[in-house]
Amino acid sequence: MIDEGTELSVTIAQIVQRLKGTHLHSQLEREAKECLHRPEIKLESLKEDVRNFLKESGWERKLQNAVYRELNILSPPGHPTAPPEHIKEPLVYMRKAQANWEKRILKSLNSMCTELGVPLARKRPVPEQKEMTNKWNEMGTDEPDLSRFRPVYAPKDFLEVLIGLQNPNQESCDEPSARSHWGLIQVPLNVPDISQLREAYPELDLTTSQLGIDDHTNVPPDLFEYEHIRIGRKVLSEQDSAAAQQYSRQGCPTGLRAQLWALILNATNEPEDIAHYEQLKAGVIHHDLLVDNLIYKDVKLTASNDDYYFVFEDFLYQVLLCFSRDTAVLEHFNYNSATPPKSCVHGKSGAEKVAVVYPPNGLIPFHGFSMYVAPLCFLYNEPSKLYSVFREMYVRYFFRLHSISSSPSGIVSLCLQFERLLQTHLPQLFYHLREIGAQPLRIAFKWMVRAFSGYLCTDQLLLLWDRILGYDSLEIVAVLAAAVFAFRAENLMEVTSLASAEAVLADLSTLKVMPLLQIFLFATVI
Amino acid sequence: MAGKVKWVTDIEKSVLINNFEKRAWIQVTENEDWNFYWMSVQTIRNVFSVDTGYRLSDDQMVNHFPNHYELTRKDLMIKNIKRYRKELEKEGSPLAEKDENGKYIYLDFVPVTFMLPADYNLFVEEFRKSPSSTWIMKPCGKAQGKGIFLINKLSQIKKWSRDSRTSTFMAASSGKEAYVISLYIDNPLLIGGKKFDLRLYVLVTTYRPLKCYMYKLGFCRFCTVKYTPSTSELDNMFVHLTNVAIQKHGDDYNHVHGGKWTVSNLRLYLESTRGKEVTNRLFDQIYWIVVQSLKAVAPVMNNDKHCFECYGYDIIIDDKLKPWLIEVNASPSLTSSTANDRILKYNLINDTLNIVTPNGEIPDCRWNRSPPKEALGNYEVLYDEEQSVNESTERDLRSRSGQSLGSKGTRTSHMRPVPATWK
Repeated sequence: MIDEGTELSVTIAQIVQRLKGTHLHSQLEREAKECLHRPEIKLESLKEDVRNFLKESGWERKLQNAVYRELNILSPPGHPTAPPEHIKEPLVYMRKAQANWEKRILKSLNSMCTELGVPLARKRPVPEQKEMTNKWNEMGTDEPDLSRFRPVYAPKDFLEVLIGLQNPNQESCDEPSARSHWGLIQVPLNVPDISQLREAYPELDLTTSQLGIDDHTNVPPDLFEYEHIRIGRKVLSEQDSAAAQQYSRQGCPTGLRAQLWALILNATNEPEDIAHYEQLKAGVIHHDLLVDNLIYKDVKLTASNDDYYFVFEDFLYQVLLCFSRDTAVLEHFNYNSATPPKSCVHGKSGAEKVAVVYPPNGLIPFHGFSMYVAPLCFLYNEPSKLYSVFREMYVRYFFRLHSISSSPSGIVSLCLQFERLLQTHLPQLFYHLREIGAQPLRIAFKWMVRAFSGYLCTDQLLLLWDRILGYDSLEIVAVLAAAVFAFRAENLMEVTSLASAEAVLADLSTLKVMPLLQIFLFATVI
Repeated sequence: MAGKVKWVTDIEKSVLINNFEKRAWIQVTENEDWNFYWMSVQTIRNVFSVDTGYRLSDDQMVNHFPNHYELTRKDLMIKNIKRYRKELEKEGSPLAEKDENGKYIYLDFVPVTFMLPADYNLFVEEFRKSPSSTWIMKPCGKAQGKGIFLINKLSQIKKWSRDSRTSTFMAASSGKEAYVISLYIDNPLLIGGKKFDLRLYVLVTTYRPLKCYMYKLGFCRFCTVKYTPSTSELDNMFVHLTNVAIQKHGDDYNHVHGGKWTVSNLRLYLESTRGKEVTNRLFDQIYWIVVQSLKAVAPVMNNDKHCFECYGYDIIIDDKLKPWLIEVNASPSLTSSTANDRILKYNLINDTLNIVTPNGEIPDCRWNRSPPKEALGNYEVLYDEEQSVNESTERDLRSRSGQSLGSKGTRTSHMRPVPATWK
């Protein structure tokens, strides 16, 4: 164990290290230098005056927000001598399982590559580049023949892998506790029960006002809504990430959400962000990647057919194709249990082979991936802004939904948490569904992998994501999945097959997320 | 069996028939006694024609006003709106106020439009003022995007008039194949880069006094092809027209959503990207133009007590978030393009019937036309002339004391000089 003081100094050192060399760092330096010409900066109180200047000109707040972002992303430092893979994932068997899963995906990608005779990447000839530039805003109208391509994997393939997870240190055959054999997830992880969730989510209790409940048309808006909007404006004018995050726990007003989320995520749309996006766009125009086909295919299979998101088809290509080429995404592999796949290419001379990360961002898209972006299209109508918010959402949250890890926000924990909540609070329902061969997780898994995107009505989905951002955790996703089962429990008790259970839960577009969460968390008898 | 409504329809659509059957109404033929006839616009012409028409009795109801075309024919709608504006101006109404460019501040909600061939000279004069503009030609009597084309050169219209002189233009002189030519909204609001128009359903149960209802579940119709204002694409109708009837022939037509997006999606998108205030203002303006268009035709409408009508309003929003009234349909399509569309249209008919035939009973054309709130379904009262006359005194007092009227601030429209109740 390391003591708190050491932990703090390690964290500070890490953050300082990470912020050095960033654009913000050079901006701060420049501002500090330039302010020396100001009359209010005195030589005798130089340090103090410069500090004051940076504070008053808003630069201090920018630094605070940048530090806050790092704090959100950094895992708590482990033992100073622990190897870096422990930051990725402390449990060996999880790391192994993830590595095996990656091998499978890569193999499947490679065999598709050989089978179809499509190169992983190729430079586009100049006329094709021109064509690409021209149709940038209407890639959706293009109908390339994608029939030969298939998604590398779908959530249900991934679920099978999670079901197969075993902790080798746990004796599974002797003395099985009855409960652990009820569900599909068999690994021992600490997941919060309702009383722990109540402590972690105090703002969701029955007495605290919430957007998504207390802004209902029957509630006079002067009781809560107006005041909440007023505070939201104040939070925005202060430009404080931490305050915005706290605020989001009670929900973001529709008109302020786009700005609040960007503030929480510290996702800026400065000239350098726009330039970065343009650079990625140039990358798309110059090179054609095999994964582009997978992205096209995924969008066509999901968002293009979606009542809410079909209008944003072109935006999705503009974001996802750029995303696949963004090497800045690689950084998140420091704390992601996954490791970017590598592929061999011929080096410049042509003779030697070099291993490079493929695709450049290290992510092979799977069926449904584009649904992480789709809801954000309701908030941002500028591709570069949309892009930066999505990337930040991904490297903070979404990556956890499709990699095997022991993180409390990781998909394995969410699955286990979901099963435990149902087993504890609706044991009869759980038992019934299990008996008829309709394991609840088989139904809920697809919702959780997409953080409910594409299943809920968009306004409700955004209310849910407000809380993901507000509590900086995906746990709420598992709670909602359990709450949905609780809400439809009566009908589910009557079904006699997996298909009919699925039918009962097929349409979630009429659900109101916040009342469900509130009631499940705070009105369940424990 | 005296209590059962006897119905007829000449539109064999399941959304209609299912609704009648749900009420256990009895189907009869048009030669028998009937109480409720959901008819096409062709049939209504016969019902009320001088030669073939017959007297409707008190227990009969039809779904069109006799001269609905005053609103639903493109040329007549424009004529009535122009006349309405002039009258208001003559009265010195504050509604007819104009800005420094001579444009109506509150009544400029239809694109500049001329009849052809009648107003040809006026059109040419207007065209010369802005020669780079694009205009859209529509035959007055046709619907679903038929016969529509775009022009951006005077020579094109000259050629058209030469070509059609032998065929359709001949008929034009008899008033049947007349065209309207309207300034094309070339700066439409784009969402996801795509152009769309709004289809809203409006129910009118009486014109004098005016009582109308807005259906909450309208939708946006999206073009499947990217919008480019360039003139090279003028011939590609898919870019410009959003009628499903036209879009269905496009290669990219999607049969899951049919290019339709709910108004609640539009509201969420606009509130999220542009803010709540401007979004509310836009919707208030939309309600305003619907009411004004109805007021414009109310004096000329044959307010037959046996009639009600459910209109399909087509509205385009420009990139400054100003709504434009494009046209009004008397027979909005009851064909369902997708599963959701089917549910929507079934509910639209259901809610309409709940208002116009209270409790599903045999109609009485002397009914009070004041349905209870619970019977409105997805309709909202858009304007109730009686009520607004009663309330206006009270309102004056309240607004002077600075109280807001709308609930939750969504319907507070202080920009209009005259109270318009759409709450």
